[in-house]
Amino acid sequence: MSVIEMDGLRKEFTVRVRAGRLRREKRTVTAVDGVDLRVERGEMLGYIGPNGAGKSTTLKMLTGVLMPSAGRARVCGLRPVADRTRLALRIGVVFGQRSQLWWDLPLRDSFALLRHVYRVPPGEHAARLARCRSLLDLDEFLDTPVRQLSLGQRMRGELTAALLHGPEVLFLDEPTIGLDVVSKQAVRGFLAELGRAGDTTLVLTTHDLADIERLCRRLVVIDHGRVVHDGSIAALHSRYGSRRMVVAELDAALPAPPELPGAPVQRVEADGRRLVFALESASVAEVVAGLAGLATLRDISIVEPDIEEVVARLYRAPAEVG
Amino acid sequence: MGSVTATVAPPTDPNVTRWFRTFGAIAASGFRRHATYGQAAVAGVVTNTVFGFLRCYIFLAVAGAAGTVAGYDRAQLGTFVWAGQGLLAVIAIWGWTELADRIRTGEIAADLLRPVHPVTSYLATDLGRAGFASLARLLPPVVIGPFFFEVYLPRHWATLPLFGLSVLLAVVVCFGCRYLVNASAYWLQDVRGPMILWTLGSGVLAGLYFPLGFLPGWLEATLRYATPFPSLLQVPLDVLVEREPMPTELGLVGLQVGWAVLLLALCRLVQRRAEHRLVVQGG
Repeated sequence: MSVIEMDGLRKEFTVRVRAGRLRREKRTVTAVDGVDLRVERGEMLGYIGPNGAGKSTTLKMLTGVLMPSAGRARVCGLRPVADRTRLALRIGVVFGQRSQLWWDLPLRDSFALLRHVYRVPPGEHAARLARCRSLLDLDEFLDTPVRQLSLGQRMRGELTAALLHGPEVLFLDEPTIGLDVVSKQAVRGFLAELGRAGDTTLVLTTHDLADIERLCRRLVVIDHGRVVHDGSIAALHSRYGSRRMVVAELDAALPAPPELPGAPVQRVEADGRRLVFALESASVAEVVAGLAGLATLRDISIVEPDIEEVVARLYRAPAEVG
Repeated sequence: MGSVTATVAPPTDPNVTRWFRTFGAIAASGFRRHATYGQAAVAGVVTNTVFGFLRCYIFLAVAGAAGTVAGYDRAQLGTFVWAGQGLLAVIAIWGWTELADRIRTGEIAADLLRPVHPVTSYLATDLGRAGFASLARLLPPVVIGPFFFEVYLPRHWATLPLFGLSVLLAVVVCFGCRYLVNASAYWLQDVRGPMILWTLGSGVLAGLYFPLGFLPGWLEATLRYATPFPSLLQVPLDVLVEREPMPTELGLVGLQVGWAVLLLALCRLVQRRAEHRLVVQGG
């Protein structure tokens, strides 16, 4: 049995819009439009999409916060809304833009309170906390009230809080949002180690695709509430035609961009002295040979496919590329 | 990461001892959370004390030369005012908008992700807050008042324990009312309207601005038996000044129990209805 199951999961919101000086009309907005998905135990799933695509709404339905309008969801075999209290004992959730910690209490007190809230035996709690303290360097701010923590410190505290009861599934909603490079690395490193152990299922939504590349083998892209890709990152590149780029630095600009078979010019930069070719059917050697006859080459570099580029294309026109 | 991840099935069996331990831990955290704001407590005590003088002089003026009004003598009025000034912060009749704020900002999602019902969790926190307020906000006016005014000391041995129980029930009833007012944010988003109504209504009808005995008998009886408001302040204070015979006082505390149970049940019902139509603000 999959640890997460979604069948035709759908969420509609009713909004009131002004339709005259006094009159307002009800309008239905579909945030999630029939998502079918299975996630197996120990998987690390990247769940991405543009703003308003339905990522966070899906997570809130899976955690029992929001009631689906239609469809079926099961997490750890439980119905998220109906069994929310029981489910809460088996999942951990981190919302990057919200805090689950007690604002007025030091982090240490928040963790102690969570032990009682989740009814964790003292020994297990102490072992998990010790592990998180060491991996996330919590000691220097463990006695600081949450309201005085920096964003990076708070996020490390949130991750610990979500893990102290030993959840089977960890939902992470933009856990690296607003973090500096060092904090991002700390969070990613921690999650990577968590994923390597293999017994916690991770569902990660983010706008930072480096998080996905570093952590997730499987990527689900959602747009307008529908799944538009479900597979590996490599499959995404291959399916949507990600191309390697050849960047050629020239001594002097050419009068017009050259037309090389199988390698169209993507961009002209630096007043025409830098040309960027997309490799379609041509090889790097053919591009270099073609250019050598036209101009003096100063430098050549090859840029591997960029996940951000393909995802951006996907967001802009999912129907076209899909 | 073996020690961090799931290796042991979490307990799911209902267990009364565990429930009380969790409730106690949340209440203790409520106490600690409010204990961090020492300066606010001092400012509150000063304000309550100043208004204690004003209210006491007004009530004594109403009592006039006869020295009694609506069944209260001068000493009972003194106790009514000074204990009332302290109780005001214990029951926290005003100013609690935490739940409404969390609904408005979407932070309520974090509350719903915990394995404790939100009503239980907020109630435990509120009882912890009331515990701190009993020490920091109730005691000072009760100690200061007798230095300047004649006060009434209970004569029956059962009065003080009954007063303690009545205050506890007043906190629960007040919590229930405040929770319902705050929960209107699930439907309205902006709770300023219900909050203004609550602030005005509770002050008048709970016996804060004047003892409800000042009102005509039929109106006092209607308020006392048909609304929860007198259970917030009037009942505990009447118990303390022994205005009624003991059996009547026991009946009034019994009425408080009824209101507490009814309001908590209503809070759970409203919470369940709200969750079915919840929109988490801010994505």
